[in-house]
Amino acid sequence: MGRIEQIHSLLCKKDISCRELTEEYLNAIQRDNPELFAYVTVTAQEALTAADKIDRQIAQGGDIGMLSGVPMSIKDNISTRGIRTTCCSKMLADYTPVYDASVWSKLKNSGAVLLGKANMDEFAMGSTGENSCFGASSNPYNTALVSGGSSGGSAVSVSANLAVYSLGTDTGGSVRQPASFCGVVGLKPTYGAVSRYGLVAFASSLDQIGPMASTVEDVSLVFDSIAGGDVLDSTCNRDYKPDTYKTLKDDIKGRTVGIIRQFADNNSISPEVKSSMNEAVKTFEDLGAKVIMVDIPEILRSVPVYCVISCAEASSNLARFDGIRYGYRAQGDFMSIHQLICKSRSEGFGKEVKRRIMMGTNVLSSDKCSFYYDKARALRQALSNEFSRAFSQCDVIIAPTAPTPAFVKNRVVADPTVLYMEDMCTVCTNLASLPAVSLPCGYSAQGLPIGMQIIGDKFSESLILNMAYKFQQATDFMRTSDWGVKL
Amino acid sequence: MKYELTVGLETHIELSTKSKMFCSCSTAFAGAPNTQCCPVCLGLPGSLPVMNRYAVELAVMAGLALNCKVANTSYMDRKNYSYPDLPKAYQISQYDVPLCIGGYLELQSGKKIRITRIHIEEDAGKLVHKEKETLIDYNRCGVPLIEIVTEPDFCTVDEVREYVETLQHLMRYIGVSDCRMQEGSMRCDVNVSVRLKGTDALGTRTEIKNMNSVANMVRAIEYEYTRQCELLEKEQSVTQDTLRYVEETGKTSPMRSKEDARDYRFFREPDLLSVSVSDEEIKAIKDKIPELPKDKIKRYIQTFGLTEADANHLIKYRRISEYFDEVARLSKSPKTGAKFIIGQMFSLFSTEAQKEAFAVRVTPESLATLVNLLADGKINSNLAKTTLEQMLITGKSADELLSAEDMAALSEADLDSLCKRAVESNTGAVADYKGGKEKAIMALVGFVMRESRGKANPESAKEKLKEIIK
Repeated sequence: MGRIEQIHSLLCKKDISCRELTEEYLNAIQRDNPELFAYVTVTAQEALTAADKIDRQIAQGGDIGMLSGVPMSIKDNISTRGIRTTCCSKMLADYTPVYDASVWSKLKNSGAVLLGKANMDEFAMGSTGENSCFGASSNPYNTALVSGGSSGGSAVSVSANLAVYSLGTDTGGSVRQPASFCGVVGLKPTYGAVSRYGLVAFASSLDQIGPMASTVEDVSLVFDSIAGGDVLDSTCNRDYKPDTYKTLKDDIKGRTVGIIRQFADNNSISPEVKSSMNEAVKTFEDLGAKVIMVDIPEILRSVPVYCVISCAEASSNLARFDGIRYGYRAQGDFMSIHQLICKSRSEGFGKEVKRRIMMGTNVLSSDKCSFYYDKARALRQALSNEFSRAFSQCDVIIAPTAPTPAFVKNRVVADPTVLYMEDMCTVCTNLASLPAVSLPCGYSAQGLPIGMQIIGDKFSESLILNMAYKFQQATDFMRTSDWGVKL
Repeated sequence: MKYELTVGLETHIELSTKSKMFCSCSTAFAGAPNTQCCPVCLGLPGSLPVMNRYAVELAVMAGLALNCKVANTSYMDRKNYSYPDLPKAYQISQYDVPLCIGGYLELQSGKKIRITRIHIEEDAGKLVHKEKETLIDYNRCGVPLIEIVTEPDFCTVDEVREYVETLQHLMRYIGVSDCRMQEGSMRCDVNVSVRLKGTDALGTRTEIKNMNSVANMVRAIEYEYTRQCELLEKEQSVTQDTLRYVEETGKTSPMRSKEDARDYRFFREPDLLSVSVSDEEIKAIKDKIPELPKDKIKRYIQTFGLTEADANHLIKYRRISEYFDEVARLSKSPKTGAKFIIGQMFSLFSTEAQKEAFAVRVTPESLATLVNLLADGKINSNLAKTTLEQMLITGKSADELLSAEDMAALSEADLDSLCKRAVESNTGAVADYKGGKEKAIMALVGFVMRESRGKANPESAKEKLKEIIK
């Protein structure tokens, strides 16, 4: 049974009130957050008000939905009306939105209890959780290690039992990689499966909001309730109304699982991760699935292609932050508005964000566009085509989520492109608009979780979650943390 | 002159949609500042655009009216530049695959001004410069625009004037835009170059931005022509600058040079799907376009026998021509109807807005009835004129205003007795006539007309009178 179902049953049986439950979480946050820094804003008042409302509903004998009264967290780049939404950037540290993101509207209507806004890499740029203007989140397995990122706070809040589930965002692996580092489940949906309205854009053609939780069941339930058409997002598929929960427990006998040759042969992937993947192959075979090797050569170019496209879009998306209407404004006397904007942006953005804005501006400039951006778009299409071909041979593809388990904080890397290469396992699915779920598939010698992705064809969330569920049931990689709330 | 002028135009026209291009905010003009805004048009973090389909429809309509080819699939792109009136720091526009290409607008002379392309895009906000500060009004932000780009086909300012006025008229006529230059719903960027007569290659052009009246455009082009000619005469070269026209001085001044030209870093707008318009939709839009002014003029002259001047008069405002069409349909003499409208109805309205609205108290049916009474000889033109005056004031119909007696034809016997009475009561005039003053008979005709309350036919009365006096 997943966490959400468990809590739902406790609430319905009145074993615990929603207020008591919420207070437990808030107390745990108060106790553990200073060390883990999963939350940058805790919304205690709002949470208790929402909890009381649920309690009244239960008292009146009304039926409550599965997500009703379940305490959760939201990554701080998802717009929440009246609650500051900072993207963990000095630029937006005081920004309070006037409207709700569509996902949050949906969950609010489902009775969700928001505990607070989760820490993240600034504007979702980074894969360690350290690029936050408020400070890094820490890995619950070892606080000297990074949480992963950019949805680091979300992963930590779930892993450390400081939230039942969380909404993260994934542009190049930002849900899956921290999920893998923190030993939880994270889903990057198909591009267009979940509305992006209210998600502060990093790279619009790659961004997706995805659920993170400690079990596949929980991820499935949350996904079902946030997925589907939204008139406010033109890129959102209006005909998609998934019910992944219904088919979660289906038999997977006879399914074909592909493994990517380009990863299997890859020396950048650590031996520990490789051996966990080999174990996973055996598990799937034991479950009656057939495992085959598939070729996706373009995957080796996916990181540079991703860098060009994501930075290009980011340079445009982040150009609006000028300190004029809202956000950080530099102090001083200025000769021109240009000077004011320049200084505000120089001071308001962190180093990594500025680096990507500059790269993006460069690759879009008229003299370089055909060489970088246009070429990257063509390669993106080629990668998509190769995935399509692969899916004519297999139902799902499995791959490591990250080349290594979590590593120590403050790692000194002279060349940032070395860091970018660590996203090699995840960026390909964003480029090809495919859904992928990451779940624990083993532990390193130091006891750190290792994650595996199950990648599906477009809009096949039902199948990949079904495969993930079967894998989860057949293995024993879900660990209970010493942190947070004990249910 | 040694040099000849070449001009190309880029005309921005605000589309007459009720709501903005990517959100549901109102597009109404002159609202209190920043009251017609939402997260989408303010570009607040996380907001996304959603295409207003009616804007696409109007743009297609404009394209069809200008003989363009409409693309079944076109794309929206981001034009990136940073300016305080542009809250997203990019304008959503169309770059390499616009909605319409390859049309033309025909001038009176028969010369065709080629239209390169028409694309759709969003408007920016408005900066209001005060003495020490600049205020920003975002109400206009996200209002849908089309940009109509011509080839450098204009050789004189008169052609430019005619093109702009014809375009303005056409767009208003088909309901695409109100094209009010003074309100900014129509603005022109003018590209001007000169070259030696007889040479093929175009000279270096300058671009004068944001012209908001035809008069200023003409002055700016003339100024620029002279300036460029003088430069060439001095063997200096024209630099490819972007200019503004300064109304007070009548001169152009540089905004930015080519070196400072913005790099817009165009790329596909990832937040929107491609713009698809099927052949069926194009046909449906085509069917919605009313008869175009030039076709109407032709019909008025050929079918109704109107003069060119009258035809031009009638088509100037769509409402008026529609009113006339209705009168023409219902009456026996469209030409008479036209005469009434031009002679007695035009003068009722003084402002453009009033003329556009054409709110008269007489329905086309009612005017047609009056026209028919006249055509049937039941009333004469004087009576018709005075009756129409009354109709316009009271809103009553001709039937209500005219008595049975008014409309009954004057019998031969009645005319006879009236004429006799005229001769008996006007002995002086009779004597004058007999004495050789031909004109004196008119006094007698006048008497008959008065007494018959205008019903007598003046010609028949004159004949009858002559007979009696003889």
